[in-house]
Amino acid sequence: MKTTIRLKDHWKEQRLFLSRLFAIGTIILLLAGVLIWRLFQLQIVEHQFFADLSQGNRLRIEPLPPTRGLIFDRNGVVLAENLPDWELIIIPEEIIDLEESLRRLEELELIDSTEHSSLTELIRSHRGFERVRLANLTETQAARFAARRHHFPGVDIQEGLVRNYPFGELTGHAVGYVARISPSDLDEFARGSLDRSDYAATSLIGRSGIERSYETVLHGSVGYRQQVVNAQGRVLLDSTVSAGDVLRLEPSQGGIETRWPIPGDNVVLGLDIHLQSVAQRAMDGFRGAVVAIDPATGDVLAMVSAPGFDPNRFSVGLSREDFRALSSDPDKPLFHRALAGSYPPGSTIKPFLGLAALHYEIVEPERRNMCPGYFVLPGYSHRYRDWKSQGHGPVDLHQAIVQSCDVYFYKLALGLGIDNMSVFLRDIGFGVKTGIDVSGENSGLIPTREWKQSQFSKREDQVWFPGETVITGIGQGFVLVTPLQLAHTTAMLAMGGQRFQPRLVMAIENGTTGKVIESDSVRLNVMSDIDESHWQEIEEAMVGVTEDSQGTGRVAMRGTPYSVAGKTGTAQVFSLAQDQEYDEEEIDERLRDHRLFIAYAPLDNPAIAVAVVVENGGGGSTTAATVTRKVLDAYLLGENNVVQQY
Amino acid sequence: MLSSSINLAIGPAAVLRPLRLRGLVMDAPIVLTVFAICALGFVVLYSAAGENESLLLRQAVRFALAMLAFVIIAQVPPRVLRLWAPWVFFVSLSLLLLVEFRGVTGGGAQRWLDLGFSRFQPSEIMKIAVPMMIAWFMHERALPPTFKQLPILLLIICAPTLLIALQPDLGTALLVMASGGLTVLLTGLSLRLILALGAILLGSIPVLWNYMLDYQRVRILTFLDPESDPLGAGYNIIQSKIALGSGGLFGKGWLNGTQAHLEFLPERSTDFIFAVLGEEFGLLGLLFLLALYFVLIGRSLYIAAQAQDTFTRLLAGGLGLTFFVYVFVNTGMVCGLLPIVGVPLPLVSVGGTSMVTLMAGFGILAAIHGNRKLLAP
Repeated sequence: MKTTIRLKDHWKEQRLFLSRLFAIGTIILLLAGVLIWRLFQLQIVEHQFFADLSQGNRLRIEPLPPTRGLIFDRNGVVLAENLPDWELIIIPEEIIDLEESLRRLEELELIDSTEHSSLTELIRSHRGFERVRLANLTETQAARFAARRHHFPGVDIQEGLVRNYPFGELTGHAVGYVARISPSDLDEFARGSLDRSDYAATSLIGRSGIERSYETVLHGSVGYRQQVVNAQGRVLLDSTVSAGDVLRLEPSQGGIETRWPIPGDNVVLGLDIHLQSVAQRAMDGFRGAVVAIDPATGDVLAMVSAPGFDPNRFSVGLSREDFRALSSDPDKPLFHRALAGSYPPGSTIKPFLGLAALHYEIVEPERRNMCPGYFVLPGYSHRYRDWKSQGHGPVDLHQAIVQSCDVYFYKLALGLGIDNMSVFLRDIGFGVKTGIDVSGENSGLIPTREWKQSQFSKREDQVWFPGETVITGIGQGFVLVTPLQLAHTTAMLAMGGQRFQPRLVMAIENGTTGKVIESDSVRLNVMSDIDESHWQEIEEAMVGVTEDSQGTGRVAMRGTPYSVAGKTGTAQVFSLAQDQEYDEEEIDERLRDHRLFIAYAPLDNPAIAVAVVVENGGGGSTTAATVTRKVLDAYLLGENNVVQQY
Repeated sequence: MLSSSINLAIGPAAVLRPLRLRGLVMDAPIVLTVFAICALGFVVLYSAAGENESLLLRQAVRFALAMLAFVIIAQVPPRVLRLWAPWVFFVSLSLLLLVEFRGVTGGGAQRWLDLGFSRFQPSEIMKIAVPMMIAWFMHERALPPTFKQLPILLLIICAPTLLIALQPDLGTALLVMASGGLTVLLTGLSLRLILALGAILLGSIPVLWNYMLDYQRVRILTFLDPESDPLGAGYNIIQSKIALGSGGLFGKGWLNGTQAHLEFLPERSTDFIFAVLGEEFGLLGLLFLLALYFVLIGRSLYIAAQAQDTFTRLLAGGLGLTFFVYVFVNTGMVCGLLPIVGVPLPLVSVGGTSMVTLMAGFGILAAIHGNRKLLAP
């Protein structure tokens, strides 16, 4: 409760109020004085200076573009560089009739008439002083324009830099590409993720891959110079040239100044361009993906998505038709299969499930199970068939992986149950994004009971069926993985449970000082509670795949001077009826099985982990393994001197 | 004026009765000055908008609406305004919250457009609602406010300010904060408390600065010194300085402003219209407009000084001072004295919502003055 009561003293309060009003009123008058003084400065004292600037003599601000950072591979080979070229530019504030100018440029075949409306939109979205790049010109085009330049006030050619990828298609997916800034990029500026004014002079922006993810690193900071030009566009005063006395201007007086652009930083990738080219050549003619990772760091050594595309086409400006042709190609060359392609893992999931079964003590490794060539769930009639119709006979875990016995893994999956399987597979990196440092990654899918419930609307479809557990055991059904995830988890097998986040960029080199900052590998959760002997067991089985006389990968890996742990896989695209035989010849090419292979080598100190997916079995059942072999040979044996630096 | 010629201190025997000599309560000095400013505004706007008549017509409709708001509010006795004060405040606060909530669920960049109108209204009302609420709060209490009352006053100011700043609408947030802060200054808050608050505010700056990321710091520095970024925010300032400076003493004449007509000057008809006036009518034109503004501000402060109770006194003073801030922030920005904040030039810039609130504010002032209780014989 109140102990003192303050009474309102109206007389006193009014005096207090008036004194405050008076004080604040005085401050207001002072501020008004400052304002008027400022106006006096501008309009009387510096009047002549500004009058000169406005009367035909304009202050032109010319933004200076920064040089985009280079991209190197791990051995210092340049993967993305800047080459000089001619650019046709327009300065909106100096244009008299935009429509007319564009139309006449089209007549000269300097710009494409199909881009008329998009160019108009682009120009209108820029501010008056910003230079908008209309097109890259060839030498002859540049000469053609130069002769008619005086007909085009506000249009000019300038020497610019165009992005060039010396390896073309080889790095299309892995490095990405730049493209002309589009209205949608300007939206991105508006949302504030990039600084709009930093791009005042820039015409190209990272559109995919490293070029996009590392846009802020590569781009650098814009500079500018100021010029005083007269109405005819003649430069009277240039801030980059030591100040003349043309207008009796002093730089301090409203001043003109220069700020040089700061070049972007260079980016060093873990990619080995030699290995990349071997992998690319090995995939020639197939659809699919190859990912090779250094298990000890997570560095991506090679990342191929086939078919690829030539990134240089984007940086010089792809016409609408060409882009439509590329994006509607049934082989989807623009689709980054290595990151975003999700495939059923097929039997490549077996080593991981074997590990899970050992860890959860579902199987005794030595105990043999009879494989009659099919499996039937108790109480059901459906036969889950083995790929080998006559059966593998009695097999233990080792042989089940070596020979890729399906029946063994049907039982093993049933023993584990979907809950254990999904938890374990997620823990080791399936079903979640690996967190690689470029965007566009797919998370794949590890199904759970809850997932199924949420996916289906009908009640009877929401239940998880035992049969779905069974086929998960051989990597079929709902389970989907990306080639990157497969390579990542294979690297984890190689490291006995240590996981490193996959990364493309190893180091960043300061564009000005040349100082290199190497980034640290990011260690992900370690599967430390899995017994050492379990890893051993799985590794021995995977070695058996490539060395045992029964091994499914022995043909492709025959005679390697290094030892390889591997696993084959076949992923069904097309479901066979109960008694139908799979006949490659009779099935439509797009519905044929995918072939997969995972491997790491050498055993004692693994230097590389590889995952290969070949879509629709192009080239027969051993294609994926053969591609893997070429990649391993190239990296470990070294067709030239790029290998074994460490 | 009749009101100003009557002596207040006649004696205790006098009978109190409301001043209702004529039908409508109108404050002639305010109305005449507003008309003068708007007329000048139309002239400048015609030139700034590239002789666009339809834009002028729309502005005229807004002005008519604003005058209607003025006339209606001027008839409301201050006693009623006082009863409404907490309602007005809390209803607009909940609207602000609603906007914030809906804005978040809307998601993405789309929400800016979607909620464009509905977010505008509550934040505009706050420019009046905050001084009203503070005046209401202090009305029954003894002035100056005690230390214990301070947190409540701060809450009344900060809650709406933060909500508006989050939208984000920095200009309006600043004006709302100024309207509240100035009203609190008028309550006679002790100088020591004012200094202490100022010190806390200043002290928190380095701490905040420490937590900021590099790019955020750059943005703040550019905000404070736009001319360091001539390709971005600084472009507007450079162009508006050229416009003002080249205008000189007498200006280039109506419709002859090269900066404005050659489209160098951005936002000519909204935030930077003051530069158009300066280019075409010179320093004399600017001083004339400023003089008109000061008539309005002076009239408001005079009404505050003549007001008879705490509520009307604080409210009138708060509104008058807010109007000054309005004028000063815009003109200061255009001539490069202040950072760039999106604040229009009152009664002149295109944009209707702020005109309605401004005139509503003047309506309150007229009501306060016209409804004084006179001591009549």
